[in-house]
Amino acid sequence: MAIAKRQTTDLSRQTFDYAPAPESIDHIKIEPRYGLFIGGKMVTPHSKKRFPTINPATEQKLAEVVEADEVDVDHAVKAADKAFDSWSRMAPSRRARYIFRISRILQERARELAVVETMDGGKPIKESRDVDIPLAAAHFFYYGGWADKLEWAFPNRKPRPLGVAGQVIPWNFPLLMLAWKIAPALAAGNTVVLKPAETTPLSALLFADICMQAELPPGVVNIVTGGGKTGSLVVTHPAVKKVAFTGSTEVGKLIQRSLAGTGKRLTLELGGKAANIVFDDAPLDQAVEGIVNGIYFNQGHVCCAGSRLLVQESIAEPLLEKLKVRLGTLRLGDPLDKNTDIGAINSKAQLEKIQGLVESGIEEGAEIYQPECKLPERGYWFPPTLFTNVSQSYRIVREEIFGPVLSVLTFRTPAEAVEKANNTPYGLSAGVWTDKGSRILWMAEKMRAGVVWANTFNRFDPTSPFGGYKESGFGREGGRHGLLPYLELV
Amino acid sequence: MPGAKNGNGRVQIRKTYKLYIAGEFVRSESGRAYRFDGSVNVPRGSRKDLRDAVRAARGAVSGWAARTAMNRGQILYRAAEMLDGRRAQFVELLGSGRGAHKEVDEAVEALVWYAGWTDKLAQVIGATNPVAGPYFNFTIPEPTGVVGVVAPGKPALAGLVRRVAPALCAGNAVVVLAPEATPLPALTLAEVLATSDLPAGVANVLSGYRKELLPWLASHMDVNAIDVAGCTPAEVIDIEKAAADNVKRVVKLAPNEMSPYLITAFMEMKTVWHPVGV
Repeated sequence: MAIAKRQTTDLSRQTFDYAPAPESIDHIKIEPRYGLFIGGKMVTPHSKKRFPTINPATEQKLAEVVEADEVDVDHAVKAADKAFDSWSRMAPSRRARYIFRISRILQERARELAVVETMDGGKPIKESRDVDIPLAAAHFFYYGGWADKLEWAFPNRKPRPLGVAGQVIPWNFPLLMLAWKIAPALAAGNTVVLKPAETTPLSALLFADICMQAELPPGVVNIVTGGGKTGSLVVTHPAVKKVAFTGSTEVGKLIQRSLAGTGKRLTLELGGKAANIVFDDAPLDQAVEGIVNGIYFNQGHVCCAGSRLLVQESIAEPLLEKLKVRLGTLRLGDPLDKNTDIGAINSKAQLEKIQGLVESGIEEGAEIYQPECKLPERGYWFPPTLFTNVSQSYRIVREEIFGPVLSVLTFRTPAEAVEKANNTPYGLSAGVWTDKGSRILWMAEKMRAGVVWANTFNRFDPTSPFGGYKESGFGREGGRHGLLPYLELV
Repeated sequence: MPGAKNGNGRVQIRKTYKLYIAGEFVRSESGRAYRFDGSVNVPRGSRKDLRDAVRAARGAVSGWAARTAMNRGQILYRAAEMLDGRRAQFVELLGSGRGAHKEVDEAVEALVWYAGWTDKLAQVIGATNPVAGPYFNFTIPEPTGVVGVVAPGKPALAGLVRRVAPALCAGNAVVVLAPEATPLPALTLAEVLATSDLPAGVANVLSGYRKELLPWLASHMDVNAIDVAGCTPAEVIDIEKAAADNVKRVVKLAPNEMSPYLITAFMEMKTVWHPVGV
């Protein structure tokens, strides 16, 4: 007995440090400077302005990219417009083959893409390797199959492509968001001008190379880099017939307003402040994993992140205890290390935004908890953070933080959980944890959110429609429903 | 002047037209009226009436959405019955010609058609999704919430019913702006809806000056969608700008659209995941 006890104590004193397991980068070739992908080739831009894209984990410059100007965007849209005629009339089964090709090349070059994604964006390699890139390839494969089956998708109607789609995507899942945008657009017979996010242009520029490798007809996909100004030029260009934007609600509203009266079709996938609701009968260990995955996945840079934990009062204490222990085991550091759970914050600006909101939480009276966590000296980092003793009026509960910051609220009855969960202008996602089947379905029904994860969280699939209620946007991406924004039903 | 004819020396009981808010027939809180054709007084609804209507709609929508699809279908069907039963009244309002009869027929037909859609829509539009993992995953359509309907002036009855019926079929609550120059069919339709077992607040009808109501409907933060079937292109631009304040859905399908795609224009798709395992 005494020996057993001593052994347990010894074990608890031991630390299980992980040896560094960095992903190799010697097979990666990043050009020092990139042009724009217009009309099927990399072209020298009209714009003389360039800006660096940096590795947020090291603050080292990876490459220089162009800030495309009005002339560049016009070239890209004209190239897409020119390509639309033949691409939309091409036999759908041929169109499908190009999209399948892209999917296959994404799989073939998966590791290269994963490493570049992690270097440019700061996300852990295990996430870019196991989530972003496979899902992006799957998305193209799924929509490739739709290209010659469109007439089966919408009963009693003839589907017609719209024309040039102007697409602007965020920095949290760069290649995956590109896939969500480009795959259904091409399957439906549209051509594309896409602008990747300012801080994560590299995987989109690699994708340009993949389009060339797939021998995709020139102009079907065009990629212009830049910041908000370039994005605004893309969405407001008169020859763009369809606009798709994923990003903040603030910018989404600007875009919606700027398109008033233009007749352009619009879909918006915007911010969120999802409630992750844990009932007293939930399997706690699984729920803890779900909570961690919900808010600390991709450093919380997830529009559907479960950033508000609603826990039933009777289990709040044991759940929080387990959660705090679990936070202590999360490994923060080099995103290229295969054991890393939490990578770098995407940019300095985002880090400052997170810091500001976290300070507001402390000022408003919330209690902060952060595990002991050594942050690397260079780069942008923020430790996993949770707030208790919060009120629904606090900024950290109302505003999208887009960082690894969880606010914990409690409830007593299912009705109270519903009330609190829906008490937000957002409506992108929600999580429910309970062992009771009827309650799962009841809660799923009551959530004013486009995606409800029950006893799981942050799952994505090309066949599964994704998108928001209320101020989280409109339109769906994924599944048969994801075709609709890119078609006119005649 | 409808409902005002004197026959056989009888002094007819005239009807005071009223707004329909939260299941009640009320005068405008502003106390104002206007005469669209120089004779009948019609309430000139105010911004506060609009606020009250939106509040009533918000209060009613969750209950209406929670009704079974069959029950919603039954109630829409009863609305068709009530409308058909008041055929003579509507024919008179619409000018008594053959066109008036035809228009009432079309309105009744639209209600019956959408009544039948309530319990079929999810099967046609929803899906189970074969995700690549051990999860059961399905997508169902749900109502968007509170919908503003700007009814076309022509055809004043059928045009309105063809927009209100799909929005209600979907499970939304509506706030209807009656056409400024032809408000009587819309205000009288409220009497049909009021006797169809539609819960109070699910449908609200306002008359008044378009310019006094439309900007507030378009910018209201608790209105989820707005149907602009009855708007001019210039109005649509202003609505689209204002709608961005709360990412409002602007429904722009053709005024004569009759399809499940119009119903889903007033709906959201919800996807639910659950693990599969023992």
